This record gives sequence, structure tokens and C-alpha cells, in this order.
Amino acid sequence: MTAAPTRRAAYERAQRRRAAIIATASTIIVVTALIVLVPRASGWEKVRQAFFDGDVFTDSFPRLIEAFWLDVKILLWSTPLILIVSLLVALARSVRSPALFPVKAFAVVYTDVMRGIPVILLIFLIGFGVPGLRIVSRTWSDPVIWGTVALVLSYSAYVAEIIRGGIDGVHESQRAAARSLGMTSHQAMNTVVLPQAFRNIVPPMMNSFVSLQKDVALVSVIGPVEILRQAGIDKSKFANFTPYVAASLIFLAITIPCTRLADHLLARERRRTGATTIS
Amino acid sequence: MNDGTALPDPLLDVRGVRKSFGAATVLDGIDLTVGRGNVITLIGASGSGKSTLLRCINLLEPIDEGTIMFDGVDIAEPGIDADPIRRRIGMIFQSYNLFPHMSVTDNVAIGPRKVLGVDKATARRDALALLTRLGLAERADAYPDQLSGGQQQRVAIARSLAMQPDVMLLDEITSALDPELIGEVLDVVRDLKAGGMTMLFATHEMAFAREISDRVCFLHRGRILEDGPPEQIFGAPAEARTREFLQRVIDAGRL
Repeated sequence: MTAAPTRRAAYERAQRRRAAIIATASTIIVVTALIVLVPRASGWEKVRQAFFDGDVFTDSFPRLIEAFWLDVKILLWSTPLILIVSLLVALARSVRSPALFPVKAFAVVYTDVMRGIPVILLIFLIGFGVPGLRIVSRTWSDPVIWGTVALVLSYSAYVAEIIRGGIDGVHESQRAAARSLGMTSHQAMNTVVLPQAFRNIVPPMMNSFVSLQKDVALVSVIGPVEILRQAGIDKSKFANFTPYVAASLIFLAITIPCTRLADHLLARERRRTGATTIS
Repeated sequence: MNDGTALPDPLLDVRGVRKSFGAATVLDGIDLTVGRGNVITLIGASGSGKSTLLRCINLLEPIDEGTIMFDGVDIAEPGIDADPIRRRIGMIFQSYNLFPHMSVTDNVAIGPRKVLGVDKATARRDALALLTRLGLAERADAYPDQLSGGQQQRVAIARSLAMQPDVMLLDEITSALDPELIGEVLDVVRDLKAGGMTMLFATHEMAFAREISDRVCFLHRGRILEDGPPEQIFGAPAEARTREFLQRVIDAGRL
């Protein structure tokens, strides 16, 4: 890079400035159109009252935040459990020893079954089914626990596939290079394959994490008063949908930063591997 | 300089090696003797078995039949522990296969560290010395993606040399390079030969094969159809197939 701006650099800067101006202008036009046009819809006044009631919002917001704490707790419990279970399942699927075939078969069946059942059904089945067996004590019959277990089982299947894909995505020639130095298959896995696999899977893992943040709300179907259920209670109390809008805003407050981070990691990965974006 | 035949104690002695992938026979009875300090090139069309032979010698592919005596031991014996053998046999790949998540220095130091148990500081110091020797000192902290193809291949050679191998297998190491970058890699091979390194070199660089080889083997359909000193193979080939192959190479402007 030279210090003096070249003609090309000046041109590219002008292009960028032009793109920024166009983006700003079109955003202003679209937002203005929405602000002007939506209130002109015949049903707008009713919708505004039902969904955007300021008093209902301020009244229910603290309760929703409090209920959201349960979502956060479920999220914080399930995330490390998912990482552990999925890594075990992924490694189980990669075993080559014939003696461990049952382990591998179990891992295959597990991922197929868990990925084939909607999360919400799994929450019903495990959340009502396991405590119903009466093999666990009353304290362990808490639906929060079994709802979390259902989430962990479902997400572990997806994340295991991401991990396995990451391991398979490291080209065989990397293993050949490592082995030709005299490394054992174990050393090749730990020093060459896994570090590269891990870097490949961070972005899709972040996407799963964002999905999980939202799916935690599904645990409400078996009873726990977390944010979605609290919003439903407040909706009935005020006969107004504003609590749902408030709950959505609370979700966005945590999902958007995570989504941005995931995109940032993806973009960085793309820059690092040298692939250019064609615009 | 000897021509690799009639040695009492060859470093590598390949006898009757056969290898098939499914119905396709890739190696169809290969006999090859490599004496210590020999540089032997393998020439032949793509698919003639050059790369597979090198991969079999490095035990990256199991053979179906035959023996591969390396320093007096049959390394093709089923069930043999391949790891201690591979560390004595260096391999350079066409596509470099550097570890992209490690710096140049770490690429070179990782073998001695993990396999030979050399401590990190020593391994890095040795790696830097090796990189300096190959003219790569200023790229020591770079990552493979930031290097030219020629530099990457020289790093790959340094990575292999760091293990102080007894023999090096070079698998078309300039085939992925732009023409102007080939020279810098071949210069390294010349230096290795001057240092007495035993090398088995599959290549399409005929002029270089002619210059550097003690012995040239022409492979055709999994067999060594003709072998001998370079003057004979390139100057007066006995086999019609060899003449045809060399004519095609000349027509393509590569000799």
C-alpha cells in the first residue's frame, strides 16, 4: 500500500460513498412510506390499541423481564450440556473400531430420531412422560428440568452433525501430511484436524445458539412461567396483545447481538480463507 | 556417483509391488532399488502409478502384494507400526498440504515437537535455522495462505527436513506452481542432492529430471517399463512407449 491515494483508490472511495448515499436514501424512503402508509390502513387504529398500548407495556414489562430470567437460566444450563452431548455423539459417529459398532449405531439412530421430531413434540413427550413414570423424586419432576432435557437432546443431534461436518470438512490431505511426519492418528486429530474443524464450525454453532435462545420459549407448553407464558397471562389479563410485542423486543435485545456476532465471525472466516465476495 | 544398481545395502528395495483400486490395477509389479544418496526420478504419463508408488512407500496406501524393504526391514508387512517408519521417510505433496492454522515456523516445528518430543523453544529455533537456509527467514511468522506457491512448497520441504528423514519422496512438487516459481523449488532440490539426500522424485519436469537424476524410471500402466541413467532414457530410449511419451513431452514444449 502506498501512502498517496491512487486514482483507483479515489474511484473506489467515491463508489463506496455513492453506495452509502443510495442505501441511506432508500432506507429513509421505505421507513417514511411505512410510517405514512401503515396508519392509513382502515384497521390500523384497532391494531395500534391492541398491540401498542403504552400503559399495558409499562405495566407488564417488569414481569416479563423477571419471567425472562427463567429463559436465560434454561439457556445457560442447556448450552454447555448440548456442547458435551453433541461432541460425544459426533465422536461416537466417527469411531472406526468394529468393537465400538453399537456405540456408532446408537449415535446414528439418535441423530436421526432427534432430528426427525419437532422440538415442541419432544418437549411434550419428555416433559410429561418422564415425570409420569414416577421413577424420579418430586423435586426432579420439575417441568423446567425435563423441558431443558428435551431441548438438550434435540439440539445435541443438530450440533453433533455440525461438529461431524467440521471434522469431515478438513481435507484428507491434511491428515496425510500430518501422518507422513510420523504423527499418530490421535496426534493428527488433535493438532491438525480438530483445530481446523473447530474454526469451521464456530459460525454454524453460533446460528444454532441463536435458534436455541428462541426455542427456550417452547418449554412454556408444559407449564413453566417463562416469558412467553407470562406474556400470555398478561395478554389475558389486559385483553391486549402488547405483552407479546414487549416479549418480542426482549428476545430481540439478546438475539440481534448474537446474530451480528455470528455474521461477523462468518465474514472474518471468509476473509481469512481468502474467498472474495462478488457484488 | 553410482547408478543405484548392485548395491550391497540399498536404503529402499521395492519388490513385486502390486496395488489395485477396485478393478483398476495401478501398480502392476514394481521393482525398484534406491541406494543411499541416490536421486531417482519417476517419469510417465498421469495415471501411470508414480504418485501411488510414493504413497505406498510412505505407507499412506496399503499394497496388495510385494515387499518394501526399508533399511533392511519389510515395511509392507501387515500390522507393522507405520508411525516410526513414516518419521524417517519425508514426503512432499503436489498441493503442499501445509497446516493453514499454524504459522510457517510452527508448521516446521510441529513435527519435531509432537513426534520427536523436542521442546518448543528448541524446535522453533531449529525451524528458524532451516527456514533461513531455504531463504524463508522473513516469512517465518506468516501464515501459509499469505505465501506464494513456491514459498509454500519450500516451507513444506523445510517441514519435512525438520524430521531429518533418511529419504524424501517428492510427489510432483512443482506441478501446482506457476512456471516462474518452479525454479526456486528446484533450486532447493539441487541443494538437497548436494547435501547427499536420498530422493525419489515423481515429476513432469523432464529437463530437471535429466539434470539431477542418477537414474530415471519410466512408468507405464503400473510397471517400470524402462530405467537407466538419464542420458540413456532421454538420449537413446530403448522402448517404443518411452519414445512416444518423450515425443509428446517435446511436442508440448517441456523438454
